[in-house]
Amino acid sequence: MTGLVTGLAAEAPLTAGPGRRALGAARLLLSRPGLLVSVVVVLLALTAAFLPGLFTSGDPLAAAPARSLLPPGPGHPFGTDQLGRDLFTRVVYGAGPSLKVTVVAVAAGVVLGGLLGLVAGLAVRWLDDVIARVIEVLLAVPSLLLSLTLVTALGSGTVNVALAVGLANVAGFARIMRAEVLRVRTSAYVEAAEAFGARRHSVLLRHVLPNAYGPLLAVATLSTGTAVLAVAALGFLGYGAAPPAPEWGALVAQGRDYLSSAWWLTTMPGLTVAAVALAVNRIARAEGEWAGLR
Amino acid sequence: MEVSGMGVTGAAVTWLLDAAGVRVSYGGRPALRGIDLTVGRGEVVAVVGESGSGKSTFAHAVVGLLPPGGRIDGGTLRFDGQELTALGPRGMRALRGRDIALVPQDPMVSLNPVQRVGTQVAEVLVVHGLAGRGAARLAAVELLAQAGLPDPAVRARQYPHELSGGMRQRVLIAIALAARPKLLIADEPTSALDATVQRQILDHLDTLTRELGTAVLLITHDLGVAAERASRVVVMSQGRVVETGAAREILESPRHDYTRALVAAAPGLRPRRLVTRDREPRTPPPDLLVAESLVKDFPLPRASAGPRTVRAVDRVSFTVPAGRTVALVGESGSGKSTTARLVTRLAEPTAGRVLFEGEDLTALGRRELRPFRRRMALVHQNPYASLDPRFTAAEIVAEPLRIFGVGGRRSRRERARELLARVALPPALHDRRPARLSGGQRQRVAIARALALEPALVVCDEPVSGLDVSVQAQVLELLAALQAELNVSYLFISHDLAVVRQIADHVVVMKDGTVAEAGETGPLFAEPRHDYTRALLAAVPGQRARPVAPAGDTARVADRARAEDVDHAGERTPS
Amino acid sequence: MTRRDMARYLARRLAQAALVLWAAFTLSFIVLYLLPGDPIEIMTGGGASGDAVDPAQIAALRHEYGFDRPLAVQYLDRLAAALHGDFGRSVTSGVPVLGLIRTGLPATLTLTGLAVALAVPAGAGLALLATYTRTPRLRRLLLSLPSLGVALPTFWVGLVLLQVVSFRLRLLPSAGDAGPAAQVLPAVTLAVPAAAALAQVLARGLDNVLRDPYVETAHAKGAGRLRVHLRHVAPNAVIPALTLLGLVIGELMTNAVVVETVFSRDGLGRITATAVGAEDIPVVQGVVVVSAVVIVLVNLLVDLAYPLLDPRIVLGGRAS
Repeated sequence: MTGLVTGLAAEAPLTAGPGRRALGAARLLLSRPGLLVSVVVVLLALTAAFLPGLFTSGDPLAAAPARSLLPPGPGHPFGTDQLGRDLFTRVVYGAGPSLKVTVVAVAAGVVLGGLLGLVAGLAVRWLDDVIARVIEVLLAVPSLLLSLTLVTALGSGTVNVALAVGLANVAGFARIMRAEVLRVRTSAYVEAAEAFGARRHSVLLRHVLPNAYGPLLAVATLSTGTAVLAVAALGFLGYGAAPPAPEWGALVAQGRDYLSSAWWLTTMPGLTVAAVALAVNRIARAEGEWAGLR
Repeated sequence: MEVSGMGVTGAAVTWLLDAAGVRVSYGGRPALRGIDLTVGRGEVVAVVGESGSGKSTFAHAVVGLLPPGGRIDGGTLRFDGQELTALGPRGMRALRGRDIALVPQDPMVSLNPVQRVGTQVAEVLVVHGLAGRGAARLAAVELLAQAGLPDPAVRARQYPHELSGGMRQRVLIAIALAARPKLLIADEPTSALDATVQRQILDHLDTLTRELGTAVLLITHDLGVAAERASRVVVMSQGRVVETGAAREILESPRHDYTRALVAAAPGLRPRRLVTRDREPRTPPPDLLVAESLVKDFPLPRASAGPRTVRAVDRVSFTVPAGRTVALVGESGSGKSTTARLVTRLAEPTAGRVLFEGEDLTALGRRELRPFRRRMALVHQNPYASLDPRFTAAEIVAEPLRIFGVGGRRSRRERARELLARVALPPALHDRRPARLSGGQRQRVAIARALALEPALVVCDEPVSGLDVSVQAQVLELLAALQAELNVSYLFISHDLAVVRQIADHVVVMKDGTVAEAGETGPLFAEPRHDYTRALLAAVPGQRARPVAPAGDTARVADRARAEDVDHAGERTPS
Repeated sequence: MTRRDMARYLARRLAQAALVLWAAFTLSFIVLYLLPGDPIEIMTGGGASGDAVDPAQIAALRHEYGFDRPLAVQYLDRLAAALHGDFGRSVTSGVPVLGLIRTGLPATLTLTGLAVALAVPAGAGLALLATYTRTPRLRRLLLSLPSLGVALPTFWVGLVLLQVVSFRLRLLPSAGDAGPAAQVLPAVTLAVPAAAALAQVLARGLDNVLRDPYVETAHAKGAGRLRVHLRHVAPNAVIPALTLLGLVIGELMTNAVVVETVFSRDGLGRITATAVGAEDIPVVQGVVVVSAVVIVLVNLLVDLAYPLLDPRIVLGGRAS
């Protein structure tokens, strides 16, 4: 092993720093075409969420009865709906309500859950026990049921749906963070720092936090994929944006009535949701590969 | 090579195993670069090498169990007249377990945890069609008895976690010998066990294989074990055989430089002092650290009956004089590591006092303790775990300086590099993270960190236990040199008596949480008073095969009686 | 473990279960009754934007639901009533909540059971095959299926199945509750993400176990690969998958909200979907508590199964 380790180490470049890191990330991307496609898909979706005008010059609400229920073809890559509205334009404009708030909600969930987990991991025994029990109970409740309960209380609407989905994940984030903090806190290198007289806050900032947040980020990315699906499901059930506004789940629901005649109305927005969720999940997995490379 | 030539030409003498020019690679990276090796019928051959030498790869190539990505690129491997490389997976499977058996490295993890032990032994007979289910089950009990397991019928119905490490290794031996194989490959069969248990297991394996006429290919890192157990020794390094010969020859007149270095580095073979002291110091050094009757109880998980706590350390007292090395020696569970944690106040003693430079540390709070953290440092058992994976070597060494605000950022960095240079870590490695350093290099970083604040005492918890012998020797020499230079004291925790003899001035032998015997190193090794100390000494491998006792070595190893009385102490069933 | 220990363990676990149910009730009370500013306003769909509701009528409702009393009293009253199975009446239909749930529960439980029966063999088979095969391409293909399965929106899978199987191929009825044939597509839809999640966890577990040294011991005995895979690898990899299964059953029950809507089937899911849309707070709370009961029971069964699969696990703790 000694020979192997030194052999491996000798191959790697000696310089450290952000430049090498960027180079490593680029190399990782190029060696995994699936990952490259995923990054492109996510970037496109996010651009569509904030700047839909870049992709289409059409109006998502402009009806044209003469051109209703046209199948995908030139001019209408995703076809048109029963009112003649261009489906592609509607899907592009649907990215906003579907993604923007979701990302913010998950981020809020990560911060909240991360703090809760951190507190639990550092707190005295009884407080940790209490938080751990609450986390356990929340985790046993399916996240969709939690979201539904929150939607009932908050009322429907895009922001409320995203909030409901984000809050439903807090327990999951808290559990990961707590486990990581406990792992790092009992590690030999933290003990070593303490044995050398390091103060508590310094150990926390220099050793515990930097070593604990990595897995939380990986889980956060993974649950962003799930959150996109959950937001779409709630939109499909009719709790999201109000009817004329395009939202991916709602678009699928609207296409339900034309299931036998106009397949594209459900298929295209559904495929979009699946593609984004798949891409996000792939990126989440890559974080592990990236950490493994370092 | 002369020996393998005999196998090919001599019709009368055919080797049981005859490897010639065997080459193996992992994903294109060569691991074996042409191995010639023979084993006669009923012969015991040892393969010795350090990690990365390819000894384990060779063992796995013979049984056809190379890990994924590994393949045999060339050479011939003849076993009992058959060419193994041409046999194919089905043919190899028929041979494996029936004609060639394997005793794996770590008994703690080598048994299926969710299957009864008896079933696992019986499986060998079942898969080779040597017995029906019922007969195999009965045979398994018999085999466990042969392997030296008490109450075999009861044991057969137990699960692995209910057995101790030594017992588990006996189960693995029963599995290996179940089908009466012609060749037994033992891959570091006892390196995970305590020394006294190790000796018993190897003795038992010797007896069994001799009775059954089984040939043994013993893979080991320990030259002492090899010389003691094998008639011939094959020394491997970096995928090649560097030397082959009779065990005595290899030890007494090693021809190859590598073998010579290996023999010199093996602490059990050539006990030599790394430290020399003035015979009669004019004034005895003052006591730096005094442990007074330390006690540590750990709470037990709540159970319906039985005691609430377990006593890990029981009234342990010793002193560490300034500038000297005191070793705490014992096997796993002896309480030596807990004692080290009590002394450094990483754990709170239940009772007793720790006096450091005259001050009672146990009476101090976290804040009052801080000045003392400057004066005593710690080197952990596992350097990899004790170094923050996100820091570079230089940053790790600068950490204690930063904690106590010594110098500015720049001067700390310079000091860290000085310290790393002093422990002989090449400058090119100073900016590497621990993951990209070897085990020996990591331990050097840990030692440099320990010395950063120029402490009076360094507590070393098994500092060389995970390292190859040659690296081990280097680290020990470094510690001795640093002591001579800086007059630092060491509290040295180890399970390895051979290592302790090289470096310690005083030895404290611990057993079951208490001090069994304590004294100056020379007299203690020469005339151990306690039975347990004698058993520990007898278990140091390589003494039977030791070539010439070097001058000044006063240890007598006449007492080689099998230490039956520690058998059950060493093989306690975990509760 | 003696019978006495077993009884003691069960008693402790049941007490724990009661605690969890209490927590579920309390949490849902906090979220549903405290989080909204005024439950009555929400329930009547009133407020500034809605139709004008007679203030006297609101006051009467407020009195009927007890919102005019102090919070602690409300909470204790509702808790006491819930202990007797009384979760109040649906705001929209006036039907007692428990009765409403009872009409929907059997259909949803049947659907969930069918989905589990499909998901477990599918997920386990996929994971076992993917980790057994020595063809890298087949392995990669098999392992990509679960990641696809967890990324597909459930409602969309249902619609695509309807489109292809019912409308294109006309193999199975498209909707409704008529006969066992109508159960197939909903059960398959529900099973897809569950099977995918199970396959992911089990495959990861199997891959980890394959690296364990005792697997090499088994190979060294001369046992065949299939035997090693089924007798040594699989039994050591099931525990995480079993834990997940306990969670998945709860998820499946909730996902029925989506699937029953897609296939226009009656059941607890449809009742929930309607109640959430109408902000029918008593019904939603009833659903939360009933789901918690099912989840707690499933988890208890899972915990009782652990020691059967791994002798190192002792009920109420882990052996050294």
